[in-house]
Amino acid sequence: MSILVDENTKLVVQGVTGREGQFHTLRNKAYGTNVVAGVTPGKAGQDVEGIPVFNTVRDAVEATGANTSMIFVPPRFATDAIYESLDAGIDLTIAITEGIPAHDMMRVYTHLGRSDQRLLGPNCPGAISPGKATVGIMPTDVFTPGRVGIVSRSGTLTYQISKEIGDMGIGQSTVVGIGGDPIVGSSFIDVLGMFEADPDTDLVVMVGEIGGDEEERAGEFIAANMTTPVVGYIAGFQAPPGKQMGHAGAIITGSSGTAQGKKDALEALGVRVGTNPTEVAEIVVETLA
Amino acid sequence: MDLFEYQGKQLFAEYGLAVPSGEVADTPEQAKAAAEAIGGTVVVKAQVQVGGRGKAGGIKLAATADEAFTEADAILGMDIKGHTVKRLWIEAASDIKKEYYASVTFDRSAKKPLVMLSAMGGMDIEAVAEEHPEALARLHVDPLIGFQPHHGRWLIYHAGIDEPAQKGVLDALTKAYEAFIGLEATLIEINPLIWTADDRVVALDAKVSIDNNALFRHPDLAALKESVTDDEQERMAHERGVTYVKLDGDVGIMGNGAGIVMSSLDVVALAGGKPANFLDAGGGSNAEAVATALEVLLSDPKVKSLMINIFGGITRCDEVAEGLLTALDTLGATLPIVVRLDGTAAEAGRAIIAERAPANVVVEPTMLSAAQRAVELAKEAS
Repeated sequence: MSILVDENTKLVVQGVTGREGQFHTLRNKAYGTNVVAGVTPGKAGQDVEGIPVFNTVRDAVEATGANTSMIFVPPRFATDAIYESLDAGIDLTIAITEGIPAHDMMRVYTHLGRSDQRLLGPNCPGAISPGKATVGIMPTDVFTPGRVGIVSRSGTLTYQISKEIGDMGIGQSTVVGIGGDPIVGSSFIDVLGMFEADPDTDLVVMVGEIGGDEEERAGEFIAANMTTPVVGYIAGFQAPPGKQMGHAGAIITGSSGTAQGKKDALEALGVRVGTNPTEVAEIVVETLA
Repeated sequence: MDLFEYQGKQLFAEYGLAVPSGEVADTPEQAKAAAEAIGGTVVVKAQVQVGGRGKAGGIKLAATADEAFTEADAILGMDIKGHTVKRLWIEAASDIKKEYYASVTFDRSAKKPLVMLSAMGGMDIEAVAEEHPEALARLHVDPLIGFQPHHGRWLIYHAGIDEPAQKGVLDALTKAYEAFIGLEATLIEINPLIWTADDRVVALDAKVSIDNNALFRHPDLAALKESVTDDEQERMAHERGVTYVKLDGDVGIMGNGAGIVMSSLDVVALAGGKPANFLDAGGGSNAEAVATALEVLLSDPKVKSLMINIFGGITRCDEVAEGLLTALDTLGATLPIVVRLDGTAAEAGRAIIAERAPANVVVEPTMLSAAQRAVELAKEAS
């Protein structure tokens, strides 16, 4: 097994005809993901290398049975695209777009709570179940099929850690980027719960960073609900308060959201935290041994 | 984006929140003219984005226009916790009966707006929350429903707002929430919100932060960005669309992706060095992005060495290496540069640098060794 994306994924891409959208759609398809449709308003009837394009997500769902959507729409239209995907009944919406206003996401999140649909992102690299399917912008070469799950707020850092554990001969069940924004659709806890229920995941690496309290809350969840071991990493010990470190969500507010605070909280709850990506890989190997 | 007090107060006024009448002054002469125009006793307030202005001598009362001139002269140029005072806000002095606290914040943990009210205003609210949690009334608002009158009533009764001020505070809360939504703010904080001798409720301070991601919908606010950035590199990076934060060390850092750059700073610190900055050239860093990023880093005179940390994903390391060489050709940098490439086409990238880069550029195989080398080189250079 794996989580979120696999051979049952039927993907529709919102913003499929844009430069980035098209590039990554074709990469996802080449990896083996079942890409069934694309959506660009006004371009129904066209196709992107054989992938049929529809005017609306609802049309695409009715014609193809798509169950997963990937959003590549610019920030000013992306909130609408998320609502469109949810309204069309898509089970899993993966929003790659970076730069969606926080107030929009407060409303999206509240709306999302009314259904059992799932949103991953925004500002995320997507998810990959190596050997099965990838939805998003992750470089697929870095990953190999295996039994370690990874959940992360950061893209490049995830690739780095995946490669380091891959170099030690350990592959991944699913790698999930939850996104670097202050409000994202799926939290660490949501994804950790899925990994816990996945019989093919033996260990989870959680890659956190400064800002918010998701890591601390995840620590409590791990202590109370997980038998699968979790190894942590936190980036941003050197970040000064009040400065946004690249990701909209990576900001220390007052005295809350520091890397040290997160590391201390996780360790107090029994989660081992590596001080750098290499040490994380070493702890993974040690824990699995 | 954090705004200055005067900018926040001007925005408050647009939303109908009462603020003392005031004017901006950049010179003692302007301060004097402002004091004359306002009339009576005025307050001369340093415009810096740091707490504890009053204690540091950045807020003074002036009974006459001449006194306003003298106080302005003393405060302008003053250094308050590393912030130089370049601008003043001159406003009418208020006759305060009591100080309250009011705020609307973006609570990322609850993923909702949080409205807070306290009768213990004018002091550090984190301390109030810690020592007198019962004195701080807190209420989350459903963002799809908005702030309703009953929310305001609940807050006023639970915060213990004095009866004659209740109506005014209710009105102020409603308008603060409107401003929060209208400005797409992440913080609207009024500390103190005062009850005056003549029973009015007035915002005596204004702390406003705006969501950077929402600026495309607020060109008027986006235009303020320049005024709130006073660091040369930060301004340069902003103009070029590079994500940059100035720090106080001497090892310049650049990488592709926010997470890997934060991680690089940490690794440099673990190696005994001090990072000079955060710079994310972007997940899909191409040659051009590398060149732009280098230009920003090299313009900072306190940078003694550079660590470039790239994980090639869809971006290929050989393309990054070529970009780096081209950029170095144009910019002619002589300081030591440590490059670490991993991921897609890393070997090809390393080979390009090993064969063709000038002698000040060295390749290291891992993040840790690159950090150690960059730290050593910075120490040697200083």
